[in-house]
Amino acid sequence: MRGRPENLSPEVEARPVVLEIEGLTHYFDSLRAVSNFSVTIKEGELVGLIGPNGAGKTTVFNLITGVYRPTAGSIRYDGAQLVGLPSHEIIQMGIARTFQNIRLFANLTVLDNVLIAYHPHSGYGLADSIFRSRRFREREKVMIERSQEFLEIFGLADRQNDIAGSLPYGLQRRLEIARALATQPRLLLLDEPAAGMNPQEIDQLMELIQFIRERFQLTIFLVEHRMRLVMNICEWITVMDFGEIIARGKPEEVRGDPKVIEAYLGRQAIR
Amino acid sequence: MLQRLRGPNLSFILGSLAFFVVVQILISTGLLNPYWQNILFWGAAMTMVSLGLNLIYGFNGQFSLGQFGFYAIGAYASADITYRWVRNDPSALVVVIFGSILALIFMLGISAFLRRFYGVATLTKFLFNLLAAVLGFFLAVRFINPAIGQPLYQALNGLPQGISQQIVFFLALVGGATLAGIVSYLFGIPVLELGSDYLGIATLGFTIIVKVLLDNTDTLLPFPEMKGARGMVGIPKWTTWPWVFVCFMAVVLVMRNLLHSSTGRAILSVREDERAAELVGINTASTKILAFVVGSVFAGLAGGIRAHDMAFLHPTMFGFLPSFNPLIIIVFGGLGSMTGTIITGFFWIFLLEGLLRLYLPEGFETWRFVVYPLVLLGMMLLRPQGLMGRYEIAFLRRPLPSLRVVKETPPTPAVAPKAEEVAV
Repeated sequence: MRGRPENLSPEVEARPVVLEIEGLTHYFDSLRAVSNFSVTIKEGELVGLIGPNGAGKTTVFNLITGVYRPTAGSIRYDGAQLVGLPSHEIIQMGIARTFQNIRLFANLTVLDNVLIAYHPHSGYGLADSIFRSRRFREREKVMIERSQEFLEIFGLADRQNDIAGSLPYGLQRRLEIARALATQPRLLLLDEPAAGMNPQEIDQLMELIQFIRERFQLTIFLVEHRMRLVMNICEWITVMDFGEIIARGKPEEVRGDPKVIEAYLGRQAIR
Repeated sequence: MLQRLRGPNLSFILGSLAFFVVVQILISTGLLNPYWQNILFWGAAMTMVSLGLNLIYGFNGQFSLGQFGFYAIGAYASADITYRWVRNDPSALVVVIFGSILALIFMLGISAFLRRFYGVATLTKFLFNLLAAVLGFFLAVRFINPAIGQPLYQALNGLPQGISQQIVFFLALVGGATLAGIVSYLFGIPVLELGSDYLGIATLGFTIIVKVLLDNTDTLLPFPEMKGARGMVGIPKWTTWPWVFVCFMAVVLVMRNLLHSSTGRAILSVREDERAAELVGINTASTKILAFVVGSVFAGLAGGIRAHDMAFLHPTMFGFLPSFNPLIIIVFGGLGSMTGTIITGFFWIFLLEGLLRLYLPEGFETWRFVVYPLVLLGMMLLRPQGLMGRYEIAFLRRPLPSLRVVKETPPTPAVAPKAEEVAV
């Protein structure tokens, strides 16, 4: 199959496809940011996307979530074409993402950040909120309780009424993941979740990712720079450089691939 | 029911009722002379306009200078309804009310239809909605008005005079507000796609267009009774303190309840980070339009109140310079603070029209426009976040849910460390 390494176990190969990207190409004016990118992710997998700065990794995420419209190519989620859909509809279909530079609603409370992600599932309308109907009160109570459950899972329960921007960096990362999960996704896109973390924090993050993956039965696609994280938790990895895929395989294979070493360290390092 | 009315809610309701009664007594006994009464009503109208703008700019983050355009539309539309009514002509009432209803139905239909297609261009959406609205009003002028105009007039006039007058005034206020809402929806579709600075320019253009059209109502537009730049006289003076109070409280309550709901949080999230809001599944385009329309409806309602208090309308009241008043008020009071807007809204009119006019020596009125930029300058230097910042009185404050009480020990995963451990 296209977009996957050859040597994955048959048990994994038998699972249904969640995300299938084919021939994805995107130009910023005349600059080719992504070229003929293909990847196929099956249910429950944890796949990494790595590459040097400017390789086009984040652009791929932006294309999947509808921030940009690709010049060419197709993105299918659960068999449905995503190209051309507005971002919020893509998210409501079950894809959630986090950002490389944390983008919380910084002046709102921690709980509000999670509640906002629940908005599409709020289940009451404008008239309910203006007239404070019974449905408003019931649904609002349910929303708050479920959001608080999320905060508990992420160890943020006691800070629910703090302003999100005032949290320490590590907690902001956590909150961002909590907010993404509150949209009730099946596929989670993590954009450099370990950026700016020290090794100890990365270890905690890895445990967290493994935990949410099992708890919420997620398929995870992550962009990362930090080899410590990628090599430890990803089942297989796609490597990009200058918008193109240069390697693909299990972590140990990719690590030894001369093309990857060249992309990261330069030609000198191979000699 | 009563349980929900405890604490700040109860004291707010009792407090505002007491205020209502006190002012009513002052008016009835003649202690509050018409001049100060006018300033009070004017302050209420200006506060309603400013609350609308605060919803658009302070809470939703969309910088708009078009608020006075919608204020003008509400004022002129409702004034036209009552002006014609007292001259035995129900056409304006029928056209505005039934035209608005038809236009809303058609626009809803068009929106539902367009939702079936992906990637509909903004201009297409705008044109379809415009056609729907025009069709609605055309049908009202052409068919509904001849058919039910006179019978409706007879039926309403059959009621005692006091009652029919109140009904017509109510319909005039609703009609003005609805018309402002429809226009803002049509205008908002293309314009809210723009980034904030461009939105400011476009909405400023809108205010100027409305002003120019009002200057030429008798030549460009078919409304000779509005008398263009000479000013519309002969509007019945129907605004009373109960009407002002009810409309004002309706605006405050609707805005509060809207902001303290899930939709309200969505509105706030757009202000905080539009891209992030879109990427947690919020339809930011419709959220922005919603805030814009609700804010404009507030302005339209205020316009109706103001028109029937002044009994006179002139295009310069809605010109370039006065159109900055709501912006000044909300910046002064604090962007994103209803409390601040309410305080400064009344204070601003009191200052400009009451204090500076009455208590300064003769010929000093012109100095008002030196004093108030200075006040603003001082404000921006000393307290840039506005008088109230984002502070709200208890009734208007967004409730902070109490911490969840966990009954049994939850299956805390080993991976969820305590907050202190992560804090670096």
